[in-house]
Amino acid sequence: MTIAAPYPSLGAAKERWYAPAARVLRRHEAKLGLAIVLGFLFLTVAAPLLAPYDPYDQELSSALAPPSAQHLFGADQYGRDVFSRVLYGSRTALLAIIVADGLALLLGSALGLVGGFLGGAVDAIVMRLVDVLLAFPYLLLALIIVAALGPSLTNSMIAIGIVYTPQYARLIRGQVLAVRALDYVRAARAIGTPRWRIMLRHVLPNSFGPVIVMATLQAGSVVVETAGLSFLGLGAQPPSPDWGALLADGHNYFLTAWWIATFPGLAIFGVVLGFNLIGDALRDQFDPRRRT
Amino acid sequence: MPLEPRRVSGPFARMRTSLSWRSDRSELWRYIGWRLIQLAIVLIGVSIVVFFTMHVLPGDVAMLLLGDRGTAEQLAKLRLQLGLDQPVVVQYLRFVLAAAHGDFGTSLTSNRAAFDDVSTAFPVTLQLTLAALTIATVIGVPTGVFASLRPGRTFDNLAMTFTLFGVSMPIFWLGLMLLLAFGATLDWLPIGGLSEVGMEPPRITGMSLIDAALAGSPSMFWDALRHLILPACTLATVPLAFIARITRAEMLATATQDHVRTARAKGLPRARVIVGHVLRNALIPIVTVIGLQLGLLLSGAVLTETIFSLPGLGRLMVDSILSRDYPVVQAGALFIAFVFVLVNLLVDLSYTLLDPRIRRA
Repeated sequence: MTIAAPYPSLGAAKERWYAPAARVLRRHEAKLGLAIVLGFLFLTVAAPLLAPYDPYDQELSSALAPPSAQHLFGADQYGRDVFSRVLYGSRTALLAIIVADGLALLLGSALGLVGGFLGGAVDAIVMRLVDVLLAFPYLLLALIIVAALGPSLTNSMIAIGIVYTPQYARLIRGQVLAVRALDYVRAARAIGTPRWRIMLRHVLPNSFGPVIVMATLQAGSVVVETAGLSFLGLGAQPPSPDWGALLADGHNYFLTAWWIATFPGLAIFGVVLGFNLIGDALRDQFDPRRRT
Repeated sequence: MPLEPRRVSGPFARMRTSLSWRSDRSELWRYIGWRLIQLAIVLIGVSIVVFFTMHVLPGDVAMLLLGDRGTAEQLAKLRLQLGLDQPVVVQYLRFVLAAAHGDFGTSLTSNRAAFDDVSTAFPVTLQLTLAALTIATVIGVPTGVFASLRPGRTFDNLAMTFTLFGVSMPIFWLGLMLLLAFGATLDWLPIGGLSEVGMEPPRITGMSLIDAALAGSPSMFWDALRHLILPACTLATVPLAFIARITRAEMLATATQDHVRTARAKGLPRARVIVGHVLRNALIPIVTVIGLQLGLLLSGAVLTETIFSLPGLGRLMVDSILSRDYPVVQAGALFIAFVFVLVNLLVDLSYTLLDPRIRRA
């Protein structure tokens, strides 16, 4: 006689870990978004292989040359190949996503976790700090931080990271407040697990799901805002091949050489569109009201 | 006997109404008072952020003022004059007291009072922001409403594709493309500035459109309007997309509620159901989003003013940062944050007008 496994249906009903992602990818817009983002990632990696010229190489005889077979996206005022500079610019954009979005995620998670878990005066202080940061229009706060640190690409990424911190802090705090009341957290407390260990091992991993969605949604905005600061002369400095800085160059020559500004702008638009498409699909998937 | 609604009469009727009205009013005032206290706390926080951020500036304010030519003696004297030898808390308190009187020091570039520079530039930004918000609301709300009427059909799909493009558009690029198309190529609209040389209206409010209207000159008004169209349309794009999206989503969510079904069931005309029952109840989140666009607009104004060479507050801030004119940066930052927080408060208070439930909550 064989003994049947107790409650076999429980195992059968358990969803595979990739099921939510598969559901998201069933949507056409998510597929398109993913294709664009993967294309962007491919370009960042393959830029040295695909770029026909060095992005810094000046060839004054080709200055302001319009798009042609020789220069696919034309050449800028110093004869640098715009196509190569746009390709290399994707690397700066990816760096901005990693540094700025990563910094916001790190700082926001730390603030939200500590405030939400400890509660009381700590929470009150954290939330007032968040309120103060939210009292600035986002680009103004970035401008103030860049004014203090000095204009550079790294400082502009730090500034954008700080600007986005409050949003992550609020989101994580909300999640932590819900998770800390769950039985397994109370059980961990009851057996005397140190508070830091409960926070890092039990609360944080279980509060992190929506943060991933937010990080995806913010990635596009981070690209636009870092490029915006570079466009204003407060981010990447010449001669870096940054999309915002390329647009600033194009601004000075837009009456005579439209191609300098057009192609970097299209690149920013494409990447942001890709992240927004994925973000929209993720939001629809995780928002029960929209899903129904 | 026909049924009549029960009328409350007698001496208690008026008292009840009056009590409820007074109670509503006192609750509202208590709420406004509480929000003003919160506003004061946030503003103190904002002033701390602005003051201390500016104080970590590499170098010293006195060195910035004197430049490379200053001797050590002059530097020490100036530091004493500016109170930089005092503890930082004392410096902060002095800063707050002076700021409360609109005194942020003298601009290092224009040699005028820093707050004068800010107050001169602000009307330009205000005009641009209001024009963009008007365009975004006037086009965004109807677009969202019409898209929600037939979800999944051609207009809805077109509108949603447009809004997706709108939220993904870097406005500094869109501005350049519009300049290229309508300014440089088609030559329909001017490519920058507030007005043509010789067409500047006399400064009254600082907003070119209103000043031209007050001057009673149609040609000046037309010129100011032509100069405003491209920047306002550029700045309106992203908020328009957000407003259209939220309007559609809220209309769809409200349309399935019981009171809308009841309104339909009792045979009300469709237009009345949509405007009076669906749109009215969807208005709160829409107003919230419209109010929240201010942050986006003020941020976007920095970029738009740069592209269209407008002498607004955003452009002033960027120029001041690049020239390290820290009194103007401080004045501008505090001023914008103050306006932003104040408008958010007004948006919150507007809910009480739109929704009686909040008034009585």
